[in-house]
Amino acid sequence: MPAIAHTVKQVVAKYGGDATRLMDVLIDVQAELGCLSHVTAARIADVLGIPQVDVEQTASFYHFFAREPRGKFAVYLNDSVVAEFCGRAEVAAAFEDAAGCKFGAVSADGVVGLFHTACIGMSDQEPAALVNGQVFPKLTPEKARALVVGMRAGKTIEELKGDRFGDGQNAHPEVRALVHNHVRRRGVMVFDHYRPGEALAKVVKMSSGEVIAAVKAASVRGRGGAGFPTGMKWDFARRAAGDVKYVFCNADEGEPGTFKDRVILTERPQMVIEGMAIAAYAVGARRGVLYVRHEYLYLRAYLEHVLADLRAQGLLGTAIGGLAGFDFDVSLQFGGGAYVCGEESALIESAEGKRGEPRDRPPFPVEKGYLQKPTVVNNVETLCSAVQVLLKGPEWYNRLGTEKSKGTKVLCVSGDCDRPGIYEVEWGFSVNDILREAGARDVQAVQVGGPSGSCIGPDEFNRVLAYEDLATGGSFIVVGKHRDLLKDVVLNFARFFREESCGSCVPCRALTGMAQVVLERLVAGQGTAEDVERLRAWQKIMRNNRCGLGQTALNPIVTTIQNFRPLYDARLAAGDPRFVPSFDLAAAVQDYDAAVGKG
Amino acid sequence: MSAKAPKKIVATTSLAGCFGCHMSLLDIDERILDLIELVEFNKSPLDDIKTFTKECDVGLIEGGCCNDENVHVLTEFRKHCKTLVAFGECALMGGLPALRNVLPLKECLDEAYLDGPTVADGNPGKIIPHDPDLPKILNRVYPCHEVVKIDYFLPGCPPSADLIWDALVALVTGKELDLQYRSFKFD
Repeated sequence: MPAIAHTVKQVVAKYGGDATRLMDVLIDVQAELGCLSHVTAARIADVLGIPQVDVEQTASFYHFFAREPRGKFAVYLNDSVVAEFCGRAEVAAAFEDAAGCKFGAVSADGVVGLFHTACIGMSDQEPAALVNGQVFPKLTPEKARALVVGMRAGKTIEELKGDRFGDGQNAHPEVRALVHNHVRRRGVMVFDHYRPGEALAKVVKMSSGEVIAAVKAASVRGRGGAGFPTGMKWDFARRAAGDVKYVFCNADEGEPGTFKDRVILTERPQMVIEGMAIAAYAVGARRGVLYVRHEYLYLRAYLEHVLADLRAQGLLGTAIGGLAGFDFDVSLQFGGGAYVCGEESALIESAEGKRGEPRDRPPFPVEKGYLQKPTVVNNVETLCSAVQVLLKGPEWYNRLGTEKSKGTKVLCVSGDCDRPGIYEVEWGFSVNDILREAGARDVQAVQVGGPSGSCIGPDEFNRVLAYEDLATGGSFIVVGKHRDLLKDVVLNFARFFREESCGSCVPCRALTGMAQVVLERLVAGQGTAEDVERLRAWQKIMRNNRCGLGQTALNPIVTTIQNFRPLYDARLAAGDPRFVPSFDLAAAVQDYDAAVGKG
Repeated sequence: MSAKAPKKIVATTSLAGCFGCHMSLLDIDERILDLIELVEFNKSPLDDIKTFTKECDVGLIEGGCCNDENVHVLTEFRKHCKTLVAFGECALMGGLPALRNVLPLKECLDEAYLDGPTVADGNPGKIIPHDPDLPKILNRVYPCHEVVKIDYFLPGCPPSADLIWDALVALVTGKELDLQYRSFKFD
């Protein structure tokens, strides 16, 4: 108990007793104490001066916040589609065997905890796990066993990692990660030559209106997937009433199959932060928040180091670029493990220390965002584009891409191909182009834009990646012909959405669960044509959900019904349609027979 | 409809329900006189016909399935009725009986027959009832649509007499149901 009181007091003091920093408090307290028990929650509430229920609801919302001890080493093994493709099942079995406990539990000696987790942004090096926040990519059953043996032998997490760090900044002394970047194609926007501060030096000679005009002239659109015009967003925020404004960078990439923000934050964090400073200059903000998903906590010390560096160079802080009055600083905010926080209003809620539930819109964040003040929320890659536009000019930018989609897009290619990784291409490349570059053969389907995007077959591989044709936030998952598309891919996505629904809107909460049940039935060969129609009909109801997660949660199912209908038809149950094929009377009375001793 | 046209035939049953939905059906009051002009009842607790003697146009199902006899009856209804209507919360969702669905059946039976405080010394042989004449309890309570195809659903606990009346008349006359908002507004 004294340990709890002491830790809570210290951590809360570190964040100035500010209740809106509850996420940081919970992350740090958990790092110290191993979990966030009710006693700890009560203590935090007490010291912050807020109701205990406010602490409880935030602590219980996020996947990585533990309410009970999760072992000296908490292993979170990714269970995404791509991880499964890469042999996750064997790795999971090896972990269970070596640890002597099942997933969802802690070994009897309290050393190893095994847990499932959704895509951790390592689709180019699966199967991967997070162990006490550190990434262990490209796992094999042998490596899994060796890890458990090492944990039991009393090794530290650093000793378990070893020193075979990845390429580029992954080997930076503040990162020391086993992660590899896998940048396969370097484009001109993000991965070209870059010197921090060059763009800002130009910006401080312009007016804020000129900066916005340049971004508008370049028709930069949001790279998170929705494609909202960035200049317009900045303009709204600039015109919004009030003199306290915020700039957020959304680095909560949770869309399965996406990992570009990981690589950009590893190799080009200065560029992202410079982009935030430019946005701040344009809209008149003095504070920025870089919201990074919990899975990338291993970058925390490094990003703090980068921020300190930029302050030392005069690119953050007061009088940026020597311009009196241009004051802006950025703080880091980590999430707690929740896909829905990639939605900008949920992200803002989370940054305020609350459950990551999307807000009703309007008002939009540019009017009332963080702490009810005008807030610009931009994707990592969008901010990089803004830097280049200011550096090289809108004319240069507009020469790249297609008519309606200017610039480049960083694609995250994963799945059944020889060269998974990062490809920065101009908008307008076709799916076939990408498949060829990535070395993908015998392709059955490509999931473009992740589960919330669409699943297309070979007859659509000539379509181009652009806002006017196939829009994407970056995820590009290749599914080989040998896969069972419905069972291995669609069902995995259905479970993902059920798990990640925040539960706020009834259609999303209820139908993600029902869709999973119906899909399981169909996969098991016990479904009917009516079930297929039912799934399609539910899509209309899902449009009433508040946020993009709910509105797109049935996309994996509906787009495969549309593009791969024969796969569904081939599994329909035969027999009299008046009777439900999944009902099995013999199985339904088994428990009773056993209870009365006749089983 | 013309007086000479043959009456539509209706069957009803209460499975794992409380008969409240049938009581609600009787709440149509004097309209019951109009009803018997419109329809003829076959298998139903209202006339105590135990087995189907005719093929029916409409079957009304109250309650979900908690035992194998419920499944048997529901299956018979599906075979003999052209249109099957589930009415009331239990038929639609399992209702109150489905509260046990969160527990394993064994725990429910142990509590009811062996360990519950009201058992006292009433079951010295520690027997959970079982006999070829007794229905077998299912592992959980199933809503009707998980067992057979249901054509229409009338929600409510119970559905109001007006809703049942309006739906039944629409079905037997073939006229479109004028669905009133108040019929399915519950709060």
